[in-house]
Amino acid sequence: MSSDAALTWFARHELRLAWREWLAMMTGGRRRRKRAVAIGLIVFAAFMHIPAWAVIGRFADLRLPLDKSSLIVITASIFLGWALMLSQAIESVTRVFYARADLDLLVSSPVNLTNVFSIRIAAIALSITAMALLLSTPFVDVLVIAGGARWLSAFGVVVAIGLWAAAIAIAVTIMLFRLIGPARTRLVAQILAAIIGAGFVIALQVAAILSYGTLSRFAVLTSDAAAAIAPGIDSVVWWPARAALGDGEALLLLLSVGLVLLGVVMAMFSASFADTAVSASVHAGSGPQGIRPKTFRGGSRQQALRRKEFVLLRRDPWLISQTLMQLLYLVPPALLLWRSFADSSTAIILITPVIVMAAGQLAGGLAWLTISGEDAADLVATAPLPPARIIRAKIEVVLIAIGMIFAPLVLALGVASPPQAAVTAVGVIIGATCATSIQLWFRVQAKRSQFRRRQTSSRLATFAEAFSSIGWAATAALAFVVPTAAIISGAMTAALLAATWKLSPQRG
Amino acid sequence: MKSEQSALQVRGLTKRFDRLAVDALDLTVRSGEFYALVGPNGAGKTTTLRMVAGLLRPDAGSVAIFGIDALGEPVAAKQRMAWVSDEPMIYDKLTPLEYLEFVAGLWGVDAQPAQQSARDLLVSLGLEPHLGERCEGFSKGMRQKVALAGALVHDPSLIILDEPLTGLDAVSARHVKGLLGERVRAGATVIMTTHILEVAERMADRIGVIAAGRLVAEGTLAELRQQNGRSDTSLEDLFIALVDVEAAA
Repeated sequence: MSSDAALTWFARHELRLAWREWLAMMTGGRRRRKRAVAIGLIVFAAFMHIPAWAVIGRFADLRLPLDKSSLIVITASIFLGWALMLSQAIESVTRVFYARADLDLLVSSPVNLTNVFSIRIAAIALSITAMALLLSTPFVDVLVIAGGARWLSAFGVVVAIGLWAAAIAIAVTIMLFRLIGPARTRLVAQILAAIIGAGFVIALQVAAILSYGTLSRFAVLTSDAAAAIAPGIDSVVWWPARAALGDGEALLLLLSVGLVLLGVVMAMFSASFADTAVSASVHAGSGPQGIRPKTFRGGSRQQALRRKEFVLLRRDPWLISQTLMQLLYLVPPALLLWRSFADSSTAIILITPVIVMAAGQLAGGLAWLTISGEDAADLVATAPLPPARIIRAKIEVVLIAIGMIFAPLVLALGVASPPQAAVTAVGVIIGATCATSIQLWFRVQAKRSQFRRRQTSSRLATFAEAFSSIGWAATAALAFVVPTAAIISGAMTAALLAATWKLSPQRG
Repeated sequence: MKSEQSALQVRGLTKRFDRLAVDALDLTVRSGEFYALVGPNGAGKTTTLRMVAGLLRPDAGSVAIFGIDALGEPVAAKQRMAWVSDEPMIYDKLTPLEYLEFVAGLWGVDAQPAQQSARDLLVSLGLEPHLGERCEGFSKGMRQKVALAGALVHDPSLIILDEPLTGLDAVSARHVKGLLGERVRAGATVIMTTHILEVAERMADRIGVIAAGRLVAEGTLAELRQQNGRSDTSLEDLFIALVDVEAAA
């Protein structure tokens, strides 16, 4: 086989793997579901046009030249998309580095590794861009339908920022690897991905709160202050926005720079990509050394279980990054709380749904890790404890962890508004309990490392968990404003949970 | 002199998946005995032992551990036994000592004696230099040794091992065999499945040959030879002959 043919063959192989991985993620590994998934995706994509219309429909008539405020809003939206893609790309690159999979085969094969890993880098860029295109399609569709074909160039912008994100993610991860070593890079990269993903939105919210006392990001973006410090209309900063609006020259430039950037990254790092990946996979399992042996602690069997769960949660890199992200999301409401306490503003009510929602989401993740993600399932199953007591100990861990994270915030809220703190506390308890219950009903035995794929085991559980958190957050917020509506919202969420339980495999 | 009390008594044990995996199996293992269960792949060895350990619910039959009905009183039965699978299941984020502390806690062993016992076990298995390291960087052999130490830290009367020597180097395998031999001499009962017939031949008091979910032969090596009319043949030849007969039937 010639060198070119080998490259084409390897590219096809990578694409096939990526396609099958995506398919397995969507179908939960069950081939028979393909048709149902295809129909579900089409329905979902069609449905997504409704919220897309609500969010973006009013911008469809925008035309060049734009005023500064519009340019700022569009550019910020594109930057937000780019930040999310960068976050996703860092995760993907880390995954490639730390999954041994076919590395031994590739490295031991008589192929040019620089070429092989150039294709792997291109595959990362392609998968990130494809996912972004998929998610952005409803939004661009709305703009095209309402504003004309010129908006089709927005797809080009998505491709361009996908290339930028992949190139920067690879460079950042390899630099991290060289700076802090393979053992620490995984955790740091995960935390970095979480911070980048959430950071931009949170920074805008913080700015909005500090300047205008609201959580609305648009307040900052459309403010005179933002327009005053923003560069002039002709600045290159606005080229992504102009490209999205149909400026062919700007789009061509963005795509060219993206391709050049990715090419430079390939040229610079492809040769060392193999070494980096191999040494990362070798170190994938090595954690901190020299932990001082502690004296064994006594106590009941449940205490032993709880202790073990807490140690594992404390040492779980995913959990650290997710908790950090949830805590980051709580920074704006905490700031709002602080400001509202000083100003006696009614905006303080916005804090409750944010806290309740965060508690539900975090509890769902924690519950999966403790209940389903049991690495020594045989050991626990052969221990002299009734299964109910094992489950109870694990649930206690989830609720204690949620309590430890959210109690300080609720207590602070109690100083500003005791009734709201009470409602928030009840919301947190109900939200966390429901998310934990859903994980309990849909529990499957899995390794903790499979956490990223937990959604594939049951789409129903995933949606139920999300809607439960949203439902209780809405109920808690409405309790202050329209109590009758809160009763309806609460009843609907409870009905959703009842239906979920009815459909769950653990029923009875 | 071995005690005649049954450590394990299995009667009519049956399990069906998409095919019959264990077929009305009867098996008795005496207390203080080293019992090896051998058989070809898919014969039902692991399924049988997983049912005994309480990891699988049988479709029919009974399991008694030292006279305790393991299906009716699982907690009491589990208190007296330990299970080690061929794929060591330990926690990557715990150190070996932390893992053993957890196991001791689950079995309700007092902290102080458990700590001493844990350290002794890990040292005897050659893991002393790794006591303070998380298990995530361990090789399969090291993980298997940690899992074995976990199984022994609560001093079980019945130790059930499914292919415990898989993935171990010669030195580690000798450590493990030595440790198991010591436990048997101290009065514990060991039931072990293995594909390494030489290990069964050298270590086991009695050997059970299982094929197609049924016990097709059982006894000491001498008894097996006698039953098959081959006075000086190896266990390997006996095994092949027995399994071939069963397959032909």
